Amino acid sequence: MAIYAPGQRILLPVNPWFIAFTLVAAFFFNVLPWRDVRAVPDLLAVVIVFWAIREPRKIGIGIPFVLGLVMDAANGVLLGQHALAYSVMAFMANTLSRRILWFGLPAQTVHVLGILLTGQLLMFGVRMIAGASFPGFSYFLGPLIAAALWPVLSFLMLAPQRRPESVDETRPI
Amino acid sequence: MEHAPPPFFNRGPAPVVRVTFFVLLSVFLMVIDARFRYTEPLRQVLMTAAYPLQRAVLAPFEAAGRIGDYFQSLADLQTENAELRTEKLKAAQDLMTLEAVRAENARLRGLLDARDRARSDAVFAEIIYGSRDPFARRVVIDKGFTQGIDLGRPVIDTAGVVGQVTRVTPLASEVTLITHKDHSIPVQVVRNGLRAIAYGTSDGAAMELRHLPINIDVQNDDELITSGIDGVYPQGLPVGKVTRVDRDATFSFARILVTPLAGTDRQRQVLVLRPLEEAPPYPAAEEPAKKPAKGKKARRSEG
Repeated sequence: MAIYAPGQRILLPVNPWFIAFTLVAAFFFNVLPWRDVRAVPDLLAVVIVFWAIREPRKIGIGIPFVLGLVMDAANGVLLGQHALAYSVMAFMANTLSRRILWFGLPAQTVHVLGILLTGQLLMFGVRMIAGASFPGFSYFLGPLIAAALWPVLSFLMLAPQRRPESVDETRPI
Repeated sequence: MEHAPPPFFNRGPAPVVRVTFFVLLSVFLMVIDARFRYTEPLRQVLMTAAYPLQRAVLAPFEAAGRIGDYFQSLADLQTENAELRTEKLKAAQDLMTLEAVRAENARLRGLLDARDRARSDAVFAEIIYGSRDPFARRVVIDKGFTQGIDLGRPVIDTAGVVGQVTRVTPLASEVTLITHKDHSIPVQVVRNGLRAIAYGTSDGAAMELRHLPINIDVQNDDELITSGIDGVYPQGLPVGKVTRVDRDATFSFARILVTPLAGTDRQRQVLVLRPLEEAPPYPAAEEPAKKPAKGKKARRSEG
């Protein structure tokens, strides 16, 4: 399953524009008009965690912080709530990066679930302190679904880096 | 004499330092946002910047809706047309009586030398999306302060009161629904004129009439309208219907649940009204408060 674990396949260097594109696309996904947002995975968080694990030197903590602020403003929630969660998640992903990449996809998924749940718990705690009421346990369904998406997502997002370096023009496919 | 390592090993501050900085920064932002509201300009800049992106995201859905409308079957339209025609007839009858009643009202008001209630000019708006915040019930509408929306305006739809404008940006504004936990609205029972305050509940689906005694005269299916005594909501807008009354003698108060009439899940068009021009003067609660102050002054001057 872990066809792109380290040592098995050398990936091309990532295109920074592709990182930007995935982040913006994930933001779009997040601001879609969902009817009930509790069970909708926070795709932006997953994408941030993905790049913070894969490219800790490109996606540090500053970019997630700014994206979190944009999410806060777009959703009209407490300014800093997503920023806090995203920076902590990016920090965890950055520091655990080498460890996580050592594992195969199932174990990676478990790690990512832990990171995402930490972020969700942080946001939950912040809102509880700010005086909101409990939104129901389906609030924690989002990270579960997001973590379940991890194998698919990491396959898709690494696809541009798995292209052959020199394309053979005469190849049939 | 240079003993520093070459700059390509330099990765800036340690990650722990950086995350501490950003965590402290976000906590700082949250505190000043929640307590002092100093962050409104920053929020407005971010929201206005994100607005075109959000509209771009929504465009395909709106287009799909329009295409769906276009291909709506003729039969549907015909039945709808017939319904509308009968409704129009009924409304015409109401309108005629309304004209008579309005004239009579104006005469009576003239007699009473009362101020004519200002007819509120309304702004038509459309709900763009529901706020992606599972903790709070809010919707965002497509009119902002460039279209004349300001804070505190009541918002209604065809069925009843939707909520109140609580945040305004140049092109969009945020409406807190009447079912929001921290929202309350003064209401009146149509059947007997009883006044009460309907509070939002934490689950965000219903409202509650609090602090009413157990033997209060409220029944199931009682209709509630705004009483207009808060100076925000004009009088007589339908709010909701009582769906449950628990009279449990072990509690001091009756538990009365109200289901709102307005349906933000069902329809997208809303009207943003102007709040009442002049809030009624506050009742004379200052009189007893003045006396001890006077006494204190007197005592101070004595001593």
